[in-house]
Amino acid sequence: MTSSRILRGGGIALISALSAWSASAHADSIWNMTRGVTDISRNVYDLHMLILWICVFIGIGVFGVMFWSIYHHRKSRGAEPAQFHESTAVEVAWTVVPMVILISMAVPATQVLIRMADASEAELTIKVTGYQWLWQYEYLDEDVSFFSALSTPHDQIYGDAPKGEHYLLEVDNPLVVPVGTKIRFVFTSADVIHSWWVPALGWKQDTIPGFINENWTLIEKPGTYRGQCAELCGRGHAFMPIVVEAVSPAEFQEWLARMKGQDAPEAPTAQTDSPALTLAGDQPL
Amino acid sequence: MSTASPALDHDHDHEHHGPARGLKRWLLTTNHKDIGTLYLLFSLAMFFVGGAMALVIRAELFQPGMQIVDPHFFNQMTTMHALIMVFGAVMPAFVGLANWLIPMMIGAPDMALPRMNNWSFWILPFAFTLLLSTLFIPGGGPAGGWTLYPPLVLQTGQAFPFVILAIHMMGVSSIMGAINVIATILNMRAPGMTLMKMPLFVWTWLITAFLLIAVMPVLAGAVTMLLTDKYFGTSFFNAAGGGDPVLFQHIFWFFGHPEVYIMILPAFGIISHIIPTFARKPLFGYASMVYATASIAFLSFIVWAHHMFTVGMPLAGILFFMYATMLIAVPTGVKVFNWVATMWRGSMTFETPMLFAIAFVILFTIGGFSGLMLSIAPADFQYHDTYFVVAHFHYVLVPGSVFSLMAAAYYWLPKWTGHMYNETLGKVHFWLSVIGVNILFFPQHFLGLAGMPRRIPDYALQFTQFNMISTVGAFIFGLSQLLFLYIVIQTIRGGAKATDQVWDGAKGLEWTLSSPPPYHTFTTAPEVK
Repeated sequence: MTSSRILRGGGIALISALSAWSASAHADSIWNMTRGVTDISRNVYDLHMLILWICVFIGIGVFGVMFWSIYHHRKSRGAEPAQFHESTAVEVAWTVVPMVILISMAVPATQVLIRMADASEAELTIKVTGYQWLWQYEYLDEDVSFFSALSTPHDQIYGDAPKGEHYLLEVDNPLVVPVGTKIRFVFTSADVIHSWWVPALGWKQDTIPGFINENWTLIEKPGTYRGQCAELCGRGHAFMPIVVEAVSPAEFQEWLARMKGQDAPEAPTAQTDSPALTLAGDQPL
Repeated sequence: MSTASPALDHDHDHEHHGPARGLKRWLLTTNHKDIGTLYLLFSLAMFFVGGAMALVIRAELFQPGMQIVDPHFFNQMTTMHALIMVFGAVMPAFVGLANWLIPMMIGAPDMALPRMNNWSFWILPFAFTLLLSTLFIPGGGPAGGWTLYPPLVLQTGQAFPFVILAIHMMGVSSIMGAINVIATILNMRAPGMTLMKMPLFVWTWLITAFLLIAVMPVLAGAVTMLLTDKYFGTSFFNAAGGGDPVLFQHIFWFFGHPEVYIMILPAFGIISHIIPTFARKPLFGYASMVYATASIAFLSFIVWAHHMFTVGMPLAGILFFMYATMLIAVPTGVKVFNWVATMWRGSMTFETPMLFAIAFVILFTIGGFSGLMLSIAPADFQYHDTYFVVAHFHYVLVPGSVFSLMAAAYYWLPKWTGHMYNETLGKVHFWLSVIGVNILFFPQHFLGLAGMPRRIPDYALQFTQFNMISTVGAFIFGLSQLLFLYIVIQTIRGGAKATDQVWDGAKGLEWTLSSPPPYHTFTTAPEVK
């Protein structure tokens, strides 16, 4: 990748950064939130853009008045200070108008929130358990369960090998899910709090030891969607990514059948060859 | 004073009743100006210590891969940077300003409780020595983030009890400082200065002090429960023993959200002094400013769980905290509109304090906008724990609180020292700071939106460009603060003589005093019309 080669040079940061911009213009925007691949994620994106534009609009208004004043009402242009210092009508106006704007934001936000909270009638339930520093996925009622850990080699992290395209966003065993199916996730943790986040799905959910959280998704488009742990969970926090592979229901059934033939998963402590876990040890730098 | 009869000395030699010499002056002082100076210098020192840690963080994040520090040390840096900047730099700086300015603004000779004042300052150097020393304890300092969430924070090594004790000491210091501010303002105002005639810096500090007294004990309770969970087998936050890790987050943020207003309300007060001075026009909407400050303080107690939208709250809870949080935009907006209306049809000049004040209004408002975006719960499910949040709170804290402190320093330094600062250097410092801070924090909005979580020492390749830019901005901003240090030292040591009025548009009792003011501020209370 062009950008990573430029980076290894280090040095002239701004220039190299600007030139690398075009190189990374693939996939999702590096400027903005992803629209994602679910109805909910697009709702969230639309809400985000709505509020952003409202803020931009208000900002242009307020800062516009301010800069106009800074330019015209300066002593060096011979401005004489006025002495007015209060107006109840104006104060009431700029209290009421923002209230109306806020209500216009709150209504769509409430609608999306109510839809997001409804995890009923899911066709598939997957239990996600956070560990320091990997994930466990259990397909409830299907007797399929496995661990999913970082697969980026140690050498890439410590600069002894060129970094791959999906550096830090690749795992040994991705989570495989069917498209067009309402999937309910339940979350918990085996140690500290983690947070399971795939931006393309439009939300993140904390995994809390001793408690169960719930969320849901319905992915429309087959593809590979990447995310990572979003809640600080110790030394390996940056090194427990999430990869979701969304496939057609038929492919999913095939995959499920294959997985059922396999042995029960080992305990996470046995997975000592995972880079995430070797990173957790006393690695010399 | 080392003389045996200070009372006699007082009678004979009123004008020359000055401080003792040498170290004892600073150790034993009960003078509000000396203590204010100690607070301000201490916070400046902590600003550089915390800033150095921030540069370690930004240096590691300059490019992907682990280059400079170990991930565990990186986590210690993010944790310590926050604790030091919040409790060591910003809060003591505002207490220092309160010490210097409140007696001068309300026409009092000193603070109401001078000995407690001495104590509340001198706790701080010990608290921070203790906190910083944990970096050298086997296992390192705290690395679970300044929010101290269990169970992660309970994995801290031997540093843990020292961190808890240091936080207790900071809390004790803050509470004493707050008691002193309230006692001074409510009891020592000059005749005729009714509450609604008080300068806004005094008003905002009065409200801030009540916030401090309300929430610092809550933090003390939370960290004490952590301590007993770790060492005495209680299970407040341990589900296996019947507790709840999320309970800690509720308690912490019940402290934490008022805490962010503790760090911004006095800033609102400062800006409300500086803009009228340089616009040569009275503050627009004084009464509405007071009511807006009080409203923000009230709302700050009922919005805490917006920091926790992803912990799995019921829908009704999320809706309540979302609506309450959105409401904060109203009084905050009123303040911004009032400042702009104060500038409107004024006769403005743009000395360094005014430049920092204008930058404050613009950049704090940008931080307010991102805050409003974060309040929208469904969108927060995406924003939460990303660099978008980092960009948001740094916009309100750095070009917000810190810029207001810079503005205050330039504005009142001539009064305090009797010397004008170097205006050219001040403006250079301003432009380097304002450019640096935006290069540093603006790209972090994009990083967060594009999916970069906060508190990670290494990141995926698509985040490289903006991290590089951000790091460049960090070094510009960080290094340009050395210029501030130079300007302050230069001003203390000498410079053009400042007049008593200093700024021709300045209003208030502090400008009726000489520059520098006498050691005991108002020995005879002035009359306020």
